[in-house]
Amino acid sequence: MIYLDNAATTRPKPPGVAEAVAAAMNAYGNCGRGVHDDALSAARTVYGVRQKLADLFGCSRADHVAFTQNSTQALNIAISGLLTPGDHAISTDLEHNSVLRPLYRLRDQGMALDFVPAARTGRIDYDDFERLLRPNTRAVVCTHASNLTGDMVDIQRVGEFARRHGLLFILDASQTAGVFPIDMARQHIDVVCFTGHKSLLGPQGTGGLCVGEGVDIRPFAVGGTGVQSYLETQPPEYPTRLEAGTLNSHGIAGLGAALDFIQQTGMDAVRAHETVLARRFYEAVCDVPGVTVYGDHTAPERAPVVTLNIADLDSSEVSDELAERFGIATRPGAHCAPRLHRALGTEEQGAVRFSWSYFNTAAETDAAADAVRVLAAEAR
Amino acid sequence: MRERSEKCVVTFRTTTGAMAMERACKAAGVPGRLIPVPRTITAGCGMCWAAPPEAREAVEELVMEQHLDVDGIYAILL
Repeated sequence: MIYLDNAATTRPKPPGVAEAVAAAMNAYGNCGRGVHDDALSAARTVYGVRQKLADLFGCSRADHVAFTQNSTQALNIAISGLLTPGDHAISTDLEHNSVLRPLYRLRDQGMALDFVPAARTGRIDYDDFERLLRPNTRAVVCTHASNLTGDMVDIQRVGEFARRHGLLFILDASQTAGVFPIDMARQHIDVVCFTGHKSLLGPQGTGGLCVGEGVDIRPFAVGGTGVQSYLETQPPEYPTRLEAGTLNSHGIAGLGAALDFIQQTGMDAVRAHETVLARRFYEAVCDVPGVTVYGDHTAPERAPVVTLNIADLDSSEVSDELAERFGIATRPGAHCAPRLHRALGTEEQGAVRFSWSYFNTAAETDAAADAVRVLAAEAR
Repeated sequence: MRERSEKCVVTFRTTTGAMAMERACKAAGVPGRLIPVPRTITAGCGMCWAAPPEAREAVEELVMEQHLDVDGIYAILL
């Protein structure tokens, strides 16, 4: 199988990740429960991974990195823990449902909500952020890159807008963490929500949020913490404040190994490899008659995603042909990004998404482009 | 049970605070180890840093320098 569904989850994982998970499973006690060697091994590893993530995202404090199961959970914690029904929030049409549904739920409770619209090209106009500003605007919540098209948001610009108006900036880094630089201090980001299993190359079931100092998120889940047991409320200190229940220290150990791999390989090298392959594929298919590629491919930076349709063929059918005839894994249909599908006009047809990781090759990329050419010729 | 001697004990509000303390002490060569919090102390975190009494000054310096999230520092018989 040529695996080009890395925006859904990266596969394979770097060498050492599965081994780290297995070693943790065989050796670790419960992080923060008990003080024997096995519990301390888990706690030390978890703390070390907090430090690595704080370094990666420019988070000033390792204890402000809280773990969750994935980005969705992190975004739910950040959005419902910072916004209230009396607030106004600004987001964009590029968002995934992991941002949209927590926002819609608050909107249904009375919160005002506006979206920076995406053009048919997938582009947004940054002046729209200013236009949508209201006296009670409290936060901007947006993705760093569309999971559907790979189009990126200029987070420096959004961060500066948020800072200028005293707004919170909550970033969904699901598609970019570990591949594109993110710096909470420089880019004025208050909360970075990330998942471990996509561009960070770690195991599923890992993720979290990095919280800026002074940002007070109301806890989402409350419960066992291993600390302050007689307190009737969730302890107020980070990261315990946001971490009720046993942590996935096995998965977090694997995430630590993945972060080591990215650090040793170099984020720039990872990004260059992935984006060169995506560009190579784009250039090979963009002029093929019958092929429609979505998104803004004139942009200087894009996440390594190319999404297309062939004539008016059902994207599910195309993806199934790619898998069954050519052994190429892609994702069809709607990609949990309903507003952008509407903007692109692909609500009915869906779209076929090809997405790269550091472990893909030029030969795989060319084979995928050849397969698209064959299917497009057959559709004529 | 072991014979008791005086120890400098540092308590924390979170496990993460205890981890930060352990790392800082190891890096600075300050002696001690993490142990379960004894009942004579009411503390937030289930683990505390126990150091020989002569390390107290070094421990306090580290806490100040690195802004470690400490609940309290005690001298107790353990």
